[in-house]
Amino acid sequence: MSGARPKLVGQSIARKEDGPLLRGQGLFAADVNFPNQLHMRVVRSTYAHGRILSVDLAPALAIPGVHAAWAFADVADIPPIDFRLTKLEQLAAYRQTILAKDRVRYVGDPVAVVFADDPYLAEDAAEHVAVEIEELPVILHADGEVGEFREGLPTEPAIIRKGYGDIDAAFAAAHATVSLSLSIGRHSGVPLETRGSIGRYVASTDMLEMYGAAKVPHWNRDQIARMLGRSPASVNLFEGHVGGGFGVRGELYPEDVLVCLAAIRLGRPVKWIEDRRENLIATNHSRQQTHHIRAAIDRDGRILAIDDEFYHDQGGYMRTHAATVPDLAAAMLPGPYRVPAYRAVGHIRLTNKTPGGTYRAPGRYESTFVRERLLDAIAAKVGVDGVEIRRRNLIDKSEMPVTRALETLGTDIVLDSGDYARLLDKALDGVSWPELQAVIAQRRSDGELVGAGVAMFVEKSGLGPFDDVHITIDITGHVEVVTGAASVGQGVETVIAQICADTLGVNYDDINVIHGQTNRIARGLGAFASRVTVMTGEATRLAAVKLRDRVLAVASELLQSPAADLDIVNGLIVRSGISAGPSIKLAQIAAALAPGSTLLGNDEPGLSAEASFESKHMVYPYGVHIAVVSLARDTGAIDIERYLVAYDIGKAVNPMLVEGQIVGGVAQGIGGALYEEFTYDDRGEPLAVTFADYLMPTAREVPHIDVIISEDAPSPLNPMGLKGAGEGGTNAVGAAIAAAIDDALGQPGAITRLPVSPQMIKAMLRK
Amino acid sequence: MTDKTNITLNINGRNHAISVESRRTLADAIREECGQTGTHIGCEHGVCGACTVLVSGEPVRSCLMFAQQAAGKEIRTVEGLARGDEMHPMQRTFMENHGLQCGFCTPGFLMLAVGVLEKEPDISDHDLVDVLSSNLCRCTGYQNIIKAVRAAAIEMRQS
Repeated sequence: MSGARPKLVGQSIARKEDGPLLRGQGLFAADVNFPNQLHMRVVRSTYAHGRILSVDLAPALAIPGVHAAWAFADVADIPPIDFRLTKLEQLAAYRQTILAKDRVRYVGDPVAVVFADDPYLAEDAAEHVAVEIEELPVILHADGEVGEFREGLPTEPAIIRKGYGDIDAAFAAAHATVSLSLSIGRHSGVPLETRGSIGRYVASTDMLEMYGAAKVPHWNRDQIARMLGRSPASVNLFEGHVGGGFGVRGELYPEDVLVCLAAIRLGRPVKWIEDRRENLIATNHSRQQTHHIRAAIDRDGRILAIDDEFYHDQGGYMRTHAATVPDLAAAMLPGPYRVPAYRAVGHIRLTNKTPGGTYRAPGRYESTFVRERLLDAIAAKVGVDGVEIRRRNLIDKSEMPVTRALETLGTDIVLDSGDYARLLDKALDGVSWPELQAVIAQRRSDGELVGAGVAMFVEKSGLGPFDDVHITIDITGHVEVVTGAASVGQGVETVIAQICADTLGVNYDDINVIHGQTNRIARGLGAFASRVTVMTGEATRLAAVKLRDRVLAVASELLQSPAADLDIVNGLIVRSGISAGPSIKLAQIAAALAPGSTLLGNDEPGLSAEASFESKHMVYPYGVHIAVVSLARDTGAIDIERYLVAYDIGKAVNPMLVEGQIVGGVAQGIGGALYEEFTYDDRGEPLAVTFADYLMPTAREVPHIDVIISEDAPSPLNPMGLKGAGEGGTNAVGAAIAAAIDDALGQPGAITRLPVSPQMIKAMLRK
Repeated sequence: MTDKTNITLNINGRNHAISVESRRTLADAIREECGQTGTHIGCEHGVCGACTVLVSGEPVRSCLMFAQQAAGKEIRTVEGLARGDEMHPMQRTFMENHGLQCGFCTPGFLMLAVGVLEKEPDISDHDLVDVLSSNLCRCTGYQNIIKAVRAAAIEMRQS
């Protein structure tokens, strides 16, 4: 191999995705149209809990241009939406049907649908569906006594239990214990593009198609097929551009199934585009948990045991993620620290709110907040600072890999690599910590309320168990990489093309990366759990290695030169290290392998290769967040003056994109820490149903964010050492900001819940 | 409710003769009647700014304007920014500074920034951030958007 070839992996090159998106040529769900399409509108419950007495569709059906309307009776044959991850048998009875059967369980629960020629008309018609509901008492809190949620079924269907070691002995022998009660508010991903799906039935080929797919198209294809009684081979899902994912977009929701069913029954394409109010009450919520955590410590503040009991506020149904969020919260809580004994008990509770699912760093935003608050409390207890207490408890790199005796998402947690203390040093250097402390001390003596906080975490990424990639070079020399991945805007095409270009020796611009098309590849796991760069990236490398070998073997015959002496440079096969001399184009190799070619021997025609990457374990990046905040005495306003993230990613394929992921993740973390919350009144009426109520950070609220991308600990589980970038920006924001606010207030442990509002700060200042 | 009026929308210099209900929003008319789907609809209540277009040179939320109100006026959308293959400086600096991820909010930010800089080429950095805070982005955390707009502002002032 030529060592002189410029490498793309590791470079911040411009994205393949950008051109069409900047020119207004994207294809988002709402941009998909078919001739003769109908528009679907969902009639949603206006009660948080109630018995459906009647649904009268006739007034809607009487409107010219309205072609059909359904209530539950019309879809009673369709089974509820199943679980994709972390299935627990006890949860099955709480799954959501595509229209509410006899009761509604949150404001927004789909009760009926109408189909009309025009979306405005469909919305008018939905207003004419007469729904009579008898209001029932609501359950809006996840803790307290277990009650009845559905007939004969409790509010608490399951308890997550994880742990190891002798907790009781550790607490009995402890020098001291520290206990906290902490809670995290209800917020969610809220992508700028609302959900949308378009169902289309092609009678001539008996194929059902769904457009607007995202995240997990193959799984959704299989489920839609199962629910509608079809073969998966007769259903295809197509992902276009996706306007943000963050965990919520692309899961299978009732509306996705309804458009497919309607397309078959009504014989016309059916389009549904969610409006923003629907998005805020119908798309998955996340995060809301209350934890009661305690630590047993020795004299120096070293952790002997952690014992956590928490309540997870799931909302009205168990959706596709089943127990995923509380499971991850429990499994990842120990973070980067030595925890000799551990116990987590997570109560899954149903409430009359929008159902929950995953949101970027699911379970970890929550448990990092809880664990890091605990570390700060331990520091206060033993009289050391937040940095020192972390140093005393961090796992040392000499201990790696560390098996946690915990499992999640079907994998055992084995921290694969990491030098946590070194990253902490880098982060502290990044803000000149001693000088920062001196400045803060000076400003405080001048009367300012200013403080700094540090939080650390371990992320998980690269969830298997497999990913396939198929690379083909056609007779023009064009390279197509077909993946089972999905794109939610994170730059999949760019990263995969970088890996392919380097491994194969072709031009970045000659590569086209396919994702999210179930008709192009038999199976695929999509985009979640920060898995794509790790899993699809390595599968791409493996396929490219195979294809390269194939190219060189054929070129060797054509050029009458040993394959070992050949290289592929910019799509041209040349003799290694020799600028002159015979060469051959990839296009010529592909042409030489056309069907019937004598060069083929026993091989299949065409120039292509496939590979699968299988992985039983996740890979574990890690990070440090440092926040500096100041508080306004008069208004309680919280100003984030400075924010730094140090993140060890093993190997950054495109540092610009990694940084983009981290900064964007921090912005969402700030939202959950200070602004965003789905609140309800005491009847379960949601109070955040517009962007004027649900406050996402703007350019004014997000400060400049310093990012240190570190590559100290490549993963030993894949040859490039890759780990995922998607969630480390979000993970510790709540924790770091809480610590900084405590410090600014001079009140250790003051912050016990997120989001923190100016009103809360004012109340604390009055203390 | 379904009475329609014939109007002409001039989008990026081209006339579109369309027939719309009085209640039809400009955003929907641009996208559906005129087929220019680069303008995106994010909230339909005027907060997110994804649907920002220029009407007579002013950035407006096209979800809060009726199509009929824009009849006969000069409308500019994201599709009109580039000249053939050559991107507008604002598009190029967004690419160079990684000012977009999913790209859904991007047309709104491009039109907002172009509209403001054409009127106020010497706008201060502070005021520019204020202007940009009127649109929402959920992916980037805004830092690269601000960088991109500042870079484009320099180019636009020079040209």
